[in-house]
Amino acid sequence: MTGSVPTGPSGIDNWPESTGNTETLACPDCDLLQVVPELPPGAKAGCARCGRTLVTQMADPIERPLALSIAALLVLILANTAPLMGLSVVGQQADTTIVGGSWEMWRQGQELTAVVVAFCAVFAPAAYLLCTLAVLLAARRPPAPRWVGELLRWAEAMQPWSMVEVMMLGILVALIKIAELATVEPDVGMYAVGVLMLLIPAIQSSFDPEAIWQRVTWADDGSLPADGAVQAVGTPDPRSAP
Amino acid sequence: MTTTTLTAARAGLVSCGTCGLLAQQVSRAAPGHCPRCGARLASRRRGSLETTWALVIAAAICYIPANLLPVLGTTTLGSTAYDTIMGGVVFLYTSGSWPLALIVLIASVMVPLGKLLALVYLLITVQRGSIAGNRERTRLYHLVEFIGRWSMLDVFVDTFTVALVQLSPLMSVQPGAGVVFFAAVVVLTMIAAASFDPRLIWDADTTTEPDVA
Ligand SMILES: [Zn+2]
Ligand SMILES: [Zn+2]
Repeated sequence: MTGSVPTGPSGIDNWPESTGNTETLACPDCDLLQVVPELPPGAKAGCARCGRTLVTQMADPIERPLALSIAALLVLILANTAPLMGLSVVGQQADTTIVGGSWEMWRQGQELTAVVVAFCAVFAPAAYLLCTLAVLLAARRPPAPRWVGELLRWAEAMQPWSMVEVMMLGILVALIKIAELATVEPDVGMYAVGVLMLLIPAIQSSFDPEAIWQRVTWADDGSLPADGAVQAVGTPDPRSAP
Repeated sequence: MTTTTLTAARAGLVSCGTCGLLAQQVSRAAPGHCPRCGARLASRRRGSLETTWALVIAAAICYIPANLLPVLGTTTLGSTAYDTIMGGVVFLYTSGSWPLALIVLIASVMVPLGKLLALVYLLITVQRGSIAGNRERTRLYHLVEFIGRWSMLDVFVDTFTVALVQLSPLMSVQPGAGVVFFAAVVVLTMIAAASFDPRLIWDADTTTEPDVA
């Protein structure tokens, strides 16, 4: 880098050189500043210091996750309304749904556990899918309104709490445990949970939050006083466009 | 030739925690708001170490009743037998499904304990200003983040067992007091992991590095 012309903010002499269509980013894991060139679709760029993936250029960041999240919402409705499994022992029959499981915990005095189960099994997946769907629909025609950013934040907050795949394994273990005591049959709801377990990671791996942020109208529209305004660095600022 | 590693913090810049935009902060004390998404900017997550410590300690306290108290009670013809988490693992093992016993043992006993130990290790090494194994510690942090949700397994197993086996007077299953503590351990450690800022691992490293540019 000897002899390079500093291009960064005042007084920084080893600012990463940026030429052409690039973006300057700080790694979310180690804070290293680095210049990421424009990548071909499907390519990834990793952090030079810690190795974290910084940018993934998706080939189709809108239509593909959109189709998948519509499918996932339909399967989610089925998973929450159809019985998961049925049990029969000496003439007695019983079955349960996801909400039925949470309700039985509540009824037996485990209200807090019931709330955690309902949140991780029903509310978080539903909120994640609905927010993602709304974000993708609105981002199809940029510039997307500001509430898209708010919903994107919600979708990302719900993602770790949406535990469909953990619930699937939980249903299987419960099924095998109960099979020791009585005859149990998997039902439609369980297959729906299994499909949902595949669809949600497929949405996550085709979704690119950065592609959405690039389409959202900026929160600060330039109306703030100049001395209190925060300037963007290393990313084209749409507010400065003529 | 070597140069000092240039981080956003050293350049007086902030990376937005919500949308990832790199911004020139107003001042170090009050960085301002992200112009793109409107979120409050912070160079590092505010009170990261204190919050993570508090949640780890709370989770460690809940871990004890979670393992000692029963999670399920099975009533067969009037007599009730209680099972702890380990009791459930033993039940699965003796009933012949040792792969499931192993899965539940890993998800319910080893993962929560491993998570707590890993977070304590990360907190202590950051507070001591360690600069060794930064990449490995960052990887450990992401492992803790990724694996945390799987501990909820036993809560789901108990919920669906309770919901399905309600055939009184023949046989019925009730949840035990341990379930809520167990769920609390999982929730608290998940929030603890989210409160920890992995950039703190790298902040102590102010030495020069070979110029890779
Ligand atoms: Zn990095
Ligand atoms: Zn932002």
